[in-house]
Amino acid sequence: MQQALEPHISTQIMELHHSKHHAAYVANLNNAMQSHVLAVTSSDIATQIALQAAIKFNGGGHINHSLFWQNLTPAGSAEASPDVAPSLSAEVVKTWGSLDDFKKAFSTTLLGIQGSGWGWLVKDGAVLRIVTTKDQDPVVGSEIPIFGVDMWEHAYYLQYLNGKAAYVENIWNVINWKTAEDRFLGTREDVFKALKAAL
Amino acid sequence: MSSTLLRTVPALRGALRASRATKPAAALASTSFVRGKATLPDLSYDYGALEPHISGKIMELHHKKHHQTYVTGLNSALETIAEAESKGDFTKAASVAPLLNFHGGGHLNHTLFWENLAPASREGGGEPSGVLKTAINDDFGSFDGFRKQMNTALAGIQGSGWAWLVKDKQSGTLGLVTRANQDPVSGPYTPLLGIDAWEHAYYLQYENRKAEYFEAIWNVINWKTVASRFEKS
Repeated sequence: MQQALEPHISTQIMELHHSKHHAAYVANLNNAMQSHVLAVTSSDIATQIALQAAIKFNGGGHINHSLFWQNLTPAGSAEASPDVAPSLSAEVVKTWGSLDDFKKAFSTTLLGIQGSGWGWLVKDGAVLRIVTTKDQDPVVGSEIPIFGVDMWEHAYYLQYLNGKAAYVENIWNVINWKTAEDRFLGTREDVFKALKAAL
Repeated sequence: MSSTLLRTVPALRGALRASRATKPAAALASTSFVRGKATLPDLSYDYGALEPHISGKIMELHHKKHHQTYVTGLNSALETIAEAESKGDFTKAASVAPLLNFHGGGHLNHTLFWENLAPASREGGGEPSGVLKTAINDDFGSFDGFRKQMNTALAGIQGSGWAWLVKDKQSGTLGLVTRANQDPVSGPYTPLLGIDAWEHAYYLQYENRKAEYFEAIWNVINWKTVASRFEKS
């Protein structure tokens, strides 16, 4: 399965990214939450506060990667075509003029990220927006993540080296528009349902 | 006798050091500029010279591509500011601040980084000596204690960034700070030793095993450079 996104994302990247990076966020999140439960039990407020950064970083890492895997699909599959996302496409055209103009705007935003972070298409109320989150900050508040693109260097470096513009160009070949359409039509709870089950 | 004093009276020690500590920009003096433009500095060693601790391929990409991008980005930000200034468009000039900080910081940080590295077969590795050694022992307990604290700081960086051994300009004491992304060390601190914790600094060789990179890099630290920054600041 991990070779399924070739040639746009290499097998080696996918394997490390999933079995090492994502696994580390999960392990560290579980550790932090376990310590947090103990701190709550013993009414140790200072420790609870001290754990917040680790919970946010590793929890965000777990959420972001879970959403990312789901919004990718092998190039050439039915889901890789925006045709399977009629409602979302119509809203994208309404907002940006055309799908190409949206892709351009999204790509420019991704390439403008300074350091590690993510770019997201989100729905906020009735409005679509492109946002970025730094490091592993997740999309929070009322925003519903439609799809995300990981701009940490570990997401592309082994294959694209410093050429991140090529990674951004190729990622469009493996975006799962079916997932995107479902998230667009659903609620924030729907988006996170699978994640809750996994935890 | 003075060294006994330095070890036993921390406040006085700080004051003594502070009295010899007032050329804040000295550590940054070598950042290259030609006719008002930033330029990519040459390295004083070959790309492969830090092997096996940092691969030649990493060094080449890191210097020739990544650092070059910061140099180009810095010059472009400076041009935009100059142009906006000449038109009195201060809103435009101010909007470039994040790019100036990112690319300017990237240029400064990498310039300092190349200089505080050296091949293990030359000045690289080992332990500091002289007044720097004394200061590290005073402020971190021991050289090993310092290394451990620096590695913990590096491992704790969430995202891209740097860890630095710094000298506090006020007290003259040493400390450790981390900086996100390419934020440079400024304000009350003089940077003495920087370690790049961006993934591009190690990923081709160490992949996700960054702790191994943080261990290996001590073999190529140029303590002569660090000592000279310490003494000049």
